[in-house]
Amino acid sequence: MPTPPAVEAISARKTYGDGQAAVVALKDVSVQIGKGEFFTLLGPSGCGKTTLLRLIAGFETPTAGQILLDGNDITADPPNLRPINTVFQNYALFPHLTVAQNVGFGLEMQGRPRREVEETAAEMLALVKLEAMANRRCSQLSGGQQQRVALARALAPRPKVLLLDEPLSALDLKLRKEMQSELKRLQTETGITFIFVTHDQEEALTMSDRIGVMSAGKILQIGSPRDIYTKPANRFVADFIGETNFLSADLSGQTLTLPGGFRIDLTPAQTKGRQGQVTVALRPEQIRPADQGLSATVTQLVYFGTDMHSHARLSDGTEVVARMQTSPSGEAALHEGQAITLGFAPEAIQVLED
Amino acid sequence: MASQAEEIAEAARVRRNWLLSAPALTVLALGALGPLMVVLIYSFLEPGDYSGVRWNFSLDGWFQIFFQRDIFDDTVGLADAHLRIFWRSVKLSLLTTLTTFVFGFPTAWFIATQPRGRRALWLFLITIPFWTNLLIRTFAIMEVIRNQGLLNSALMALGLIEQPLQIMYTDTAVLIGMTYVYLPLMVLPLYASIDRFDFTLIEAAYDLYASRWRVLRRIVLPIVKPGIIAGSILVFVPSLGAYVTPRVLGGGKNMMIGNFIDLQFGQGRNWPLGSALSMLLLLIVGAALLAYVRVSNREGPHG
Repeated sequence: MPTPPAVEAISARKTYGDGQAAVVALKDVSVQIGKGEFFTLLGPSGCGKTTLLRLIAGFETPTAGQILLDGNDITADPPNLRPINTVFQNYALFPHLTVAQNVGFGLEMQGRPRREVEETAAEMLALVKLEAMANRRCSQLSGGQQQRVALARALAPRPKVLLLDEPLSALDLKLRKEMQSELKRLQTETGITFIFVTHDQEEALTMSDRIGVMSAGKILQIGSPRDIYTKPANRFVADFIGETNFLSADLSGQTLTLPGGFRIDLTPAQTKGRQGQVTVALRPEQIRPADQGLSATVTQLVYFGTDMHSHARLSDGTEVVARMQTSPSGEAALHEGQAITLGFAPEAIQVLED
Repeated sequence: MASQAEEIAEAARVRRNWLLSAPALTVLALGALGPLMVVLIYSFLEPGDYSGVRWNFSLDGWFQIFFQRDIFDDTVGLADAHLRIFWRSVKLSLLTTLTTFVFGFPTAWFIATQPRGRRALWLFLITIPFWTNLLIRTFAIMEVIRNQGLLNSALMALGLIEQPLQIMYTDTAVLIGMTYVYLPLMVLPLYASIDRFDFTLIEAAYDLYASRWRVLRRIVLPIVKPGIIAGSILVFVPSLGAYVTPRVLGGGKNMMIGNFIDLQFGQGRNWPLGSALSMLLLLIVGAALLAYVRVSNREGPHG
């Protein structure tokens, strides 16, 4: 018998209010998160990712569906009976306690002996490199330090699952980068399952083992960062993660006809049995000038240093962005108004679900 | 240079503010300090024959608070009647503080968790009793708790009791009256404190294996403590000096310090004793405030 996933949501639904005014925050979401996995729920604000996190933490009860932990139904358990801890967006450190007391709080509430509480708190503070701050008040710490105290506090009772609700959003860019690698390190060192909520696609791509992209109360696609980026299932995912060009095209058999009449052959894995009018996605960095491809006119060139964004208009009026490497001399190979042929590998084409 | 100019400007600003507050300070000096000095001096004089004072220095006023001289054999004994009144005052004031807290905390919590727009309405409702004269409100309470009052009639109509409950003219009546009168003074500072409370702290503690009871005891109460202390002082201080409520609801027998002081200036014709009692009351209140300041300072900025 295979080991059950660390966390599983089965058709979890959450509705706020009732009758006409009811708002469905989560629409029958099912997801399995493996042991020791770094799983990210990614989506714009209001997509239901925080609601799903709160259902797992136990702050909210699902209107329908179940939450399982290691295969056991914990749907009815209050948060204090779940071996799951949360790192809150605003840290929620206890202002009347010292840093060490904050970190030891969970263990103390579990009724561990005083010495163990103190030792583990010290250990955890060492793990997040804040030993020197043990006796400070939390308000005396910087944002990044408070963040690490919040992490240490949530990790101290050795939860089976750690939930992180946009924990990095309040930090500045440099600190956020630092904490990203710190989080990844802590996850690897402790082996605890992390469920991370964010609206920042870069954060999701760099840290996660798997990503669940959410929108309007549903999980649209679950996969590795690479899969999510290179094989977006639908228009929302393709648009939300990175930059993408959307082209309307026509599928007949395995042959795709793009605007301007350019044809290429796709693999069955790409076409997924679709026929007729489809939308395809094409990443800007996959496009380069070529002999064969889409005929276009350059409308605008934007210089980014490492690369150049060339905006071009296709014959059907669609705007396409191509990201091209700049030449060592810095001289522009293109100029605005120039006719150009945009080439790409057939594998770069993603046929999207509606 | 610049900082010097700023300092001079600051000093000028301070002088201006002093001038602005001069009328208030004058009123305070004449209206509060003046009479207080009179009371202080009177407490060290001899009582006059019918009322007032005779201008001879005497410690009898202070002495009589705690001791009494037997009129027959001139032996000195503890003035247990006075001590009973003190004890009743302190006990009733502490109980009032406790009951207003027990009723006030959930109320303040309720208001603080209402949508922001609706809180003003609730706070307004809480302050409505202040609009009516204290005496009228106390008589209204009397209407409720007297033998043929609302409460007893209702209980008898329901068949729960056969004889009316004797609440009037007991300590319970005074407690009910004072709880009603001083409840807003507890609710308002508690609300101010709970309003600033970050409710995610409750989730955080709950998440970290704390039971609901421990969330309350370990997180909520310590953090809203300044509000609890402020409310307690606001209730305890006027309770201790309460006059109208014990007079109307407690009858003549269940006196509190306030009534006892009144008695000395009226029938008792012992102004020095009344003055000494007033000063003692002031000292007790002062001590309570001092304790508050010390406790809140020890807690630091978070307390």
